[in-house]
Amino acid sequence: MAEGVRRNLPPLTLHVPEPKFRPGDAVDYADFDRGAAGAVSRPAIDASPDVMRDHAYSLVRVLDDDGKAVGPWDPRLEPERLVAMLRHMALTRAYDDRLYRAQRQGKTSFYMKCTGEEATSIAAAYALDRDDMCFPSYRQQGILLARGWSLVDMMCQVYSNRGDRLKGRQMPIMYSAREAGFFSISGNLATQYPQAVGFAMASAAKGDTRIAAAWCGEGSTAEGDFHSACTFASVYRAPVILNVINNQWAISSFSGFAGAENTTFAARAIGYGMAGLRVDGNDALAVYAATEWAAERARANAGPTLIEFFTYRAEGHSTSDDPTKYRSAEENVKWPLGDPIARLKEHVIAIGAWDEERHAAMDKAVIDEVRTAQKEAEAMGILADGLLQHPFATMFEDVFEEMPWHLKEQSQQMHDERKKAGI
Amino acid sequence: MNMIQAINSALDVMMARDPDIVVMGEDVGFFGGVFKATEHLQARYGKTRVFDTPITELGIIGVSVGMCAYGLRPVPEIQFADYIYPALDQLVSEAARLRYRSAGEFTAPMTIRSPFGGGIFGGQTHSQSPEAMFTHVAGLKTVIPSNPYDAKGLLIAAIEDNDPVVFFEPKRIYNGPFDGHYDRPVTPWAKHPAAVVPEDYYRIPLGKAAVVREGEAVTILCYGTMVHVAVGVVAEMGVDAEIIDLRTLVPLDIAAIEASVRKTGRVVVVHEATKTSGFGAELAALIQERCFYTLEAPIERVTGWDTPYPHSLEWAYFPGPVRLTQALEKILEA
Repeated sequence: MAEGVRRNLPPLTLHVPEPKFRPGDAVDYADFDRGAAGAVSRPAIDASPDVMRDHAYSLVRVLDDDGKAVGPWDPRLEPERLVAMLRHMALTRAYDDRLYRAQRQGKTSFYMKCTGEEATSIAAAYALDRDDMCFPSYRQQGILLARGWSLVDMMCQVYSNRGDRLKGRQMPIMYSAREAGFFSISGNLATQYPQAVGFAMASAAKGDTRIAAAWCGEGSTAEGDFHSACTFASVYRAPVILNVINNQWAISSFSGFAGAENTTFAARAIGYGMAGLRVDGNDALAVYAATEWAAERARANAGPTLIEFFTYRAEGHSTSDDPTKYRSAEENVKWPLGDPIARLKEHVIAIGAWDEERHAAMDKAVIDEVRTAQKEAEAMGILADGLLQHPFATMFEDVFEEMPWHLKEQSQQMHDERKKAGI
Repeated sequence: MNMIQAINSALDVMMARDPDIVVMGEDVGFFGGVFKATEHLQARYGKTRVFDTPITELGIIGVSVGMCAYGLRPVPEIQFADYIYPALDQLVSEAARLRYRSAGEFTAPMTIRSPFGGGIFGGQTHSQSPEAMFTHVAGLKTVIPSNPYDAKGLLIAAIEDNDPVVFFEPKRIYNGPFDGHYDRPVTPWAKHPAAVVPEDYYRIPLGKAAVVREGEAVTILCYGTMVHVAVGVVAEMGVDAEIIDLRTLVPLDIAAIEASVRKTGRVVVVHEATKTSGFGAELAALIQERCFYTLEAPIERVTGWDTPYPHSLEWAYFPGPVRLTQALEKILEA
């Protein structure tokens, strides 16, 4: 007992959260309540946040266990659109697998997959307009793919090679593509949140029709940026969609360290007077419907929406992470909301728009597409080619619009030092 | 005009010229700012261009970055420079590096205005001079005016600049030049030549220092409030000092500094910020790298102490005439 405490009181205890399952544990999700698909109501797009409180604690789901789309959130998409979404989700997975392997082959320093979370960016991108601005985190490569961005361009960034428009300055996967409405990715977490709100505010102040959307992980909702963004979004009714990808793990810290034991992440919206939705993130139709609802709400000047996409990070945090060291291997396979690609595939087969044969052909086609792009990207170099990728002078460019004297001097000094050393 | 009116005029002129400029910050809208620097702007340009914000400096700067991504040119106000720290990550990791990390695809042409420095009994949370911290960050520009004329011309240049600029306003001289004698009445700006400020547009380029007084015996490098302390001390001592008002710390006018040091051979650096790792250290290092053989005495630094700014003892902290006089006597005897 600490010195000086009053002995007639029970000692205080500190609660340190602990995940349910650790390596070696059998996984049992019996107490996880998914709710029934189609059970959650779909409010009017201009509904007041205070009549939507339950939406922050339930789970919007469209696809039932038989692959049927049910309930008020069914977005009733054309079969061709569903298949196109499915194809982009498969392409994302093929892209991830290929570049994960490239990292293991020593062709680049780092990679991050979004396996199991493909729907949260692909279906969301489909529900947004092409010119809406996205402020992604590092697991939304699907947005670029859904918007038809060049695979080769993305790979060049991962390889930091001669074709990398970012001149080899950013870690792999920290893309920037203004033309694709994809804001430059930061390594500092949740910084994109207030930035997205600022973009949305600017668009509204200018009388534009474009909206903004941001993505962050559940772990980084603990950052001050998240809360500043929610305050601004709510105060000015910014036309913005704030997505929280609750994939259960922030590297090795489970969602309990961001507060998941006490409430949901969608419920963060309630304190800010915002609309909040909790959505099955492995159900592409639910992701689409929720994003479409929030986008329509934003465009109608009815305010921002905070969406928690409940999902699971099926792979490690990054190539530098080994999840077998901190979580049960069964978590992934027993995840009660399944695999988003498998679920969408089952649905398009159930409605007669798809079959196993076409699916196998598509899987092969996306792998070929990725392989072809990889060849083209690697022809422009890989990270292992070292210092020869970008002219040295580029290091000093873009610090300022115009290079000030001290950078000119340092640039010259670097050239002189290399010349003298014979490099 | 006094400094506040000059700053207000710069914002007014620029908002009239460019519809993409927005002003935001705590209390800057209807009320016109706690120092009145944004007075009348909301009435003139509307609530969507001049508005109050929640009390989250991180949010103010983060939202400004997003507005830049849209194509606006925000001029956020941080009410006191001491409160920039909560926004430091958005400033240092985001605004400052956005151009670099996106290879020019996204930029952050924003000007962060903030009153700084002591001398108004603001205690340790309303008095600091954090400028050195920002000069250390690649991608940020740091500007500090010392009089109304410069304040307007430099602020216009900062707003037009396509890089993020931290614009520190020495609040001790908002209403009049201050020579460091806290027990004497302060003269209002009206009697100062720099108070003649054109109503219209003009700019003072960033990166250009001003020679406030030419001299042969010693170079005094200073900025902000300290310019007036230097002017007062030099007049009282009757020394033939050259006084250089740096005006911008990044980009720095190294040519003006070198030219003066080569002429005088002696240098005193004056700033209000704490000494250790202060901007005076950078100036001293640059001068010894570039002008060592013309130096006739070690470089002197006159600064605040390495303590937080004390409330009741602020005049003992402030690097006023006594400290500068002693430094000048010492360097001129060397």
